[in-house]
Amino acid sequence: MTDYVVGEAIADTKAPHVPLESRWDERKFAAKLVNPANRRRHRVIVVGTGLAGGSAGATLAEQGYHVVQFCFQDSPRRAHSVAAQGGINAAKNYRNDGDSVYRLFHDTVKGGDFRARESNVYRLAQVSAQIIDQAVAQGVPFAREYGGLLDTRSFGGVQVQRTFYARGQTGQQLLIGAYQALSRQIDAGNVELHARTEMLDLVVSGGRARGIVARDLVTGEITTHLADAVVLATGGYGNVFYLSTNAKGSNATAIWRAHKRGAYFANPCFTQIHPTCIPRSGEHQSKLTLMSESLRNDGRIWVPKRAGDPRPPGEIPEEERDYYLERLYPSFGNLVPRDIASRAAKNVCDAGFGVGPGGLGVYLDFADAIGRLGRPAIEARYGNLFDMYQRITAEDPYAVPMRIYPAIHYTMGGLWVDYDLQSTIPGLFVIGEANFSDHGANRLGASALMQGLADGYFVLPATLNDYLGSTRLDDVDPDAVAQAETEARQRITRLLAVRGTRSVDSFHRELGLLMWDHCGMSRTREGLRKALDRVPSLRAEFWRDVRIPGGAAELNQELEKAGRVADFLELAELMLLDALVREESCGGHFREEHQTPSGEAQRDDENFAHVAAWEYGTPPVLHREQLVFEHVHPTQRSYT
Amino acid sequence: MNLTVRIWRQPGPAAEGRLVSYPVEDVSPDMSFLELLDVLNQQLIAAGEDPVAFDHDCREGICGSCGVVINGEAHGPERTTSCQLHLRSFADGDVIDVEPWRAKGFPVIKDLVVDRSALDRIVQAGGYVTAPTGSAPDAHATPVPKPDADLAFDNATCIGCGACVAACPNGSAMLFTAAKVTHLSLLPQGRPERARRVLDMVETMDAEGFGGCTNTGECVASCPKGIPFASIAALNREFLSASRRG
Repeated sequence: MTDYVVGEAIADTKAPHVPLESRWDERKFAAKLVNPANRRRHRVIVVGTGLAGGSAGATLAEQGYHVVQFCFQDSPRRAHSVAAQGGINAAKNYRNDGDSVYRLFHDTVKGGDFRARESNVYRLAQVSAQIIDQAVAQGVPFAREYGGLLDTRSFGGVQVQRTFYARGQTGQQLLIGAYQALSRQIDAGNVELHARTEMLDLVVSGGRARGIVARDLVTGEITTHLADAVVLATGGYGNVFYLSTNAKGSNATAIWRAHKRGAYFANPCFTQIHPTCIPRSGEHQSKLTLMSESLRNDGRIWVPKRAGDPRPPGEIPEEERDYYLERLYPSFGNLVPRDIASRAAKNVCDAGFGVGPGGLGVYLDFADAIGRLGRPAIEARYGNLFDMYQRITAEDPYAVPMRIYPAIHYTMGGLWVDYDLQSTIPGLFVIGEANFSDHGANRLGASALMQGLADGYFVLPATLNDYLGSTRLDDVDPDAVAQAETEARQRITRLLAVRGTRSVDSFHRELGLLMWDHCGMSRTREGLRKALDRVPSLRAEFWRDVRIPGGAAELNQELEKAGRVADFLELAELMLLDALVREESCGGHFREEHQTPSGEAQRDDENFAHVAAWEYGTPPVLHREQLVFEHVHPTQRSYT
Repeated sequence: MNLTVRIWRQPGPAAEGRLVSYPVEDVSPDMSFLELLDVLNQQLIAAGEDPVAFDHDCREGICGSCGVVINGEAHGPERTTSCQLHLRSFADGDVIDVEPWRAKGFPVIKDLVVDRSALDRIVQAGGYVTAPTGSAPDAHATPVPKPDADLAFDNATCIGCGACVAACPNGSAMLFTAAKVTHLSLLPQGRPERARRVLDMVETMDAEGFGGCTNTGECVASCPKGIPFASIAALNREFLSASRRG
């Protein structure tokens, strides 16, 4: 599939036409309200219980709405936000180091390689400070200094210390804060929770999102849940690569099903490769583990100057080491943004300087920091990360440098949303990693937690009010419900009826490898075309030869996986097409044909300063949303 | 290395369960314990049999989804989660017993999957600080002494896996409840509700069928996050002072 057609451009994102600084205030003031007494009559479905979904569900319930919430895990506390380690950005300027809302906005637009919307990013920076206040009030135990005030640290792509953290478990602590707020609303009867329940389809009636079809993963029962609005907070699609730092259950089914019902999918090729992950150890590998970017505050990245140097790291003298990030990017050093650090690691490994099995690794060395600060200080900062590394690799990182290699970590692309976080289907809102809105072509570290919570605690509750306050809803069309439910049932019946020879995992691994090779850290026209040829045939093989034991009316984990992989096999094709059509390099999207003489990403602002929003169809329809930069002038990003 | 696993197979909540023995050959010491189950499941699927159901998600020791009893110990011989246990902790030729969490509060759903929603209900009963969105003062308005913040953090690291309950001869959820009560009672933000919180949480814990605590300490020995034993004493103290205040 290399065919597509160009549709009408997206002209209006609904951001108010007032100066940047007052847009969000203006939008909130113009928003219609719902009388508190009327709110409990509105049912709102929230799918997902991570930082975005958990915070949204709790906040909407506090406002008085009746929330019906879903998660596929056995408890809302397990959503994959829990695994975020490093921290959360906020423009508090507690350090008096020159930070401001404007600087956080500026850093994020630049870090995203000028492919994000200024309006949304500015709003994100504005509400960032309130998130920290909210979390502290909930009892989130952020790291503190001896005076009792909050500690902060630095992250990649940034020269101020604006990252708040809770040891290496910031995501877990923020998620527990949101989970506890949600628990309080469950106890109060304002949230109806369906755990171990997976969304299979979206119900669209009268052109509006009015409910979902879901499967109870324990009994296999399929039911439809209706509501006045649907919020998807279902995370990213990094598991299309099979090996990623995502949780095993993370999937794209909710957003892909919504896409097939009419929601545009924006920038699907924008995926983030995280530079500091533990290298894979063998064929059995089921997932990859990230080591927080915060480690780059104190760790120094290097490879031997001699390719294939067989000596252990400790025996390689200082002058025979290449601290390549410090050499190439002296002003940011080891703290360059993720896309740049990842590509640099790939380049040195491709050139034969890599270390460890297969030469797919570089050293992350703490010897200097331990010498300077002492082991206890390093233990206090990163103890749990060091323990995790040692447990997985059986090597002691206090004594031997860590080995790291890039891995798929986050997806900047997602369902297209306007300034209100509403998709192209009225009444369908998309928040957190599931939408595309704030990170452009590359997300800065500690910005995912910020975005998830900004969307859930502060942005969505205001804009959803406006939708519910200004929309007259008709009765739901029973035919629309019957159709969505029947299609969901038929799909399961079809999957179980194949009775082929290959396991779901074997297809998933094959797809993942294909995507990593051709749509991973660097992409070429030829490779993308090759993968575009292969994916449809792999998909056909899947539907002809997949083997799923067991039945539909029971806990059947192979069936769950099969439904998700079937969707990945469709989404993969759109990612490849998007990567092929975007004839430039930007952020995490590196096309080898488009690079500067020094090997950096070469953007094409004249032709590609737009969001690529894809409408489902055969062939797919590309709608462009032109990006306008009134404040941060696009330049070649420089971190040297 | 070659291993034999004897796994608890139980088709459904009401069905009879039994241990079934499976050989797994040619596995690597670098594999995680759950990857061993992956390999076994691929074998079973190829042979046309039903794969073993087990809960898992992040596979990096933080989500709390996974958890099985390995050779009689919750999460196995190392003090970590089942997903972060590696086969290098076993010897070639070992026979390994794998069972679900066993406790009255955790009914079996299928094979190694149990229902831990009772832990969620304990939190719902009071394991939170009432702080509706938008009501928060500036984060620096209330400094928190570092030792208090650090101890609160140590307790907040609980991942809700349920190993403490599975390890306890009484099937008690005291360590889980104590961790949450201690986390929140140490912080100034959590103090106004502390008396009601502990009473409500303990009441729910008892109502969910968890056993009483007899200070055997098995919970602490099996906790992958090192929740301190002292937290149980802190819970008892909180409970006593809240009860007196009546």
